[in-house]
Amino acid sequence: MASTIRVRAIAGADTTEVQALVQHPMDSGFVKNAKGEIIPAHHIETVQFETGGKTVFTALWGPAVSKDPFVKFSFKGGKKGDDLKITWVDNKGATDTTTAKIM
Amino acid sequence: MRIMTSIVAGAAVLMALTSAHAAETADTFKAAYEKAEAANKKAGELRNQWTTTDKALKAAKKAADEGNFDVATKQAKQAEALANASIAQTKQEEKLWPDAVIR
Amino acid sequence: MRGLALLVALGMLAGPQLARAEATKSSPEKDMKAFQAYFTHKFPKVPLKDFVNGPYSMNEGLRKQWIEKETFPPYDFALDHGKELFNKPFKNGKTFADCFPNKGIGIRQNYPYFDDKTNEVITLEVAVNQCLEKNGEKPYNYMKDDMAAVTAYMAFTSRGKPFNIKVPKNNPKALEAYEKGKQYFYQRRGQFNFSCASCHVQEPGEHIRAEVLAPALGILNAMPIYRSEWGGMGTISRRFTSCNSQVRGVPLKPQDPEYRNVEYYLSYMANGLPISGPGARP
Repeated sequence: MASTIRVRAIAGADTTEVQALVQHPMDSGFVKNAKGEIIPAHHIETVQFETGGKTVFTALWGPAVSKDPFVKFSFKGGKKGDDLKITWVDNKGATDTTTAKIM
Repeated sequence: MRIMTSIVAGAAVLMALTSAHAAETADTFKAAYEKAEAANKKAGELRNQWTTTDKALKAAKKAADEGNFDVATKQAKQAEALANASIAQTKQEEKLWPDAVIR
Repeated sequence: MRGLALLVALGMLAGPQLARAEATKSSPEKDMKAFQAYFTHKFPKVPLKDFVNGPYSMNEGLRKQWIEKETFPPYDFALDHGKELFNKPFKNGKTFADCFPNKGIGIRQNYPYFDDKTNEVITLEVAVNQCLEKNGEKPYNYMKDDMAAVTAYMAFTSRGKPFNIKVPKNNPKALEAYEKGKQYFYQRRGQFNFSCASCHVQEPGEHIRAEVLAPALGILNAMPIYRSEWGGMGTISRRFTSCNSQVRGVPLKPQDPEYRNVEYYLSYMANGLPISGPGARP
C-alpha cells in the first residue's frame, strides 16, 4: 500500500526546513454520521521526526487536528544527504513510517 | 406593480397566520397541507423550490402526526406562503435577470 | 420569527428599479470580452490569468497560506487515486482512454462541449459516466470520491492549457443552451434571493461570513477542489448543489440541464484562462 506520509526536507545554512503531509482520517470521536451514530475516535497521537540518531521534532496530535494533517517546521542542523525518519502512531496502535533524504 | 402585489399578498398571508382561529381539525389541516403541496409542486416545475418550504411542510406533517392540528395547519399555511413567494420570485426574475448581465 | 423572514424575503424583491438597458445584439464572444473586461477593470492589479486562483487572487493573506500548502496540496491523495482509476481496465478490458480524444490526456479544457447528435451539453463529469456505462461499469456519484478523483487527474493533465469552449454557430440549440446558462447565472433564487452574480460578480474579494468570495471569472478553472470546509474533494456538481442550498434553494439533481448550461456559460466566459485544477480552497 502506498505510504501515508509525504515529506520534503531542505537543508539551509544552519537549519533544515521540513514539510510533511500525512494521510489519516483524524476522526475526533465527537462527530456523528448520517444515521446519528458517533464515528469512533481514530486519530494520530504522536508523530516523531528523527535524524542522526536524534529526535528533532515530536508532534502530539489527537482529536483537535483535522483530516490529512499538514505540518511544517525547522530544526537546527541537518545536512543534505542525511536520512530523516518519520513515524506516527495512532490511538488504535496502528503506525506508519517513512525515511526520506534531506535535500 | 408586481412588486407591490407580492408584498400585499405576503402581508395578507401573514394576517391570516396571526389572526385568532377556531381549533383546527384533521380535515382543515389536510386541506391546508394539500394547498401547500400543490403550490410547492408548481414551484418545483419552475425549478425554484425553497428549502424553508420543505422544512415547513415537514414540520406540518410532524405536528399533524402528533395530533397537534393547530400547529400543523399554521405550518402548512406558512409552507403555502413560502411556496407562493418562490413562485412570485421566479416570475419576477424571469423579467429582471437581463438587467444584471455584464455588458 | 418566520413571518418576519417571509416579509423580508418579499421586501428584497422590491429592489432598486434599474433602468432597462436597450436590447443590444450580443454574442458569446462579445459577452466573454465584456465579462473579462469587467473583472480586469475592477481589479487592475490582478493579471488576467491569476483570476483562476479564486479567493487567492483577491486576498494576500490567504494567498500566502495557499502557496505554502501547494508543496503538499490536500488534493494529492485524490489525484493519485484518480490516476490509478483512470488507468485501471474495466471488466471488459477497455479503459477511460478508449472513450476520449487523445486517450483522455490533456483534454479537460475542451469541456463542456455541445453534442450535435443528442443536442445536449456534455460536461467532463457526464462524459466520464457515459464512458463507464458504455463499458458496462456502474456510473460514479457525481459529487465526490471517484468522480472527483478521475476529473482531478484529467484536469491535472491539462494544467496550464487555456479553456477552449465552443458554441457552434451552425446549431441554434447550442446558443440556446449557452443563453439558458447565462440566465441561470444572473437569475435570483432561493429564499435569500441571491443569484450566482450577487456574490461572484458584485462582491468578489469581499467576505461572506468568514469566506472570501471568488470572482466569477475563472471560477471553474481549478475544479475539482479539495475544500477544507468539506474536509475532502468535491466536483463542479457538488459546488453547484451546495451553492443552491446555501441560498435556501432546493438543489436540482447533479448534471441537470440547468447546471450543465451554467457550466457551459461560465467555462466559455473563461476562454483563454488556464486550467489550474485540481485545486485547494478554504
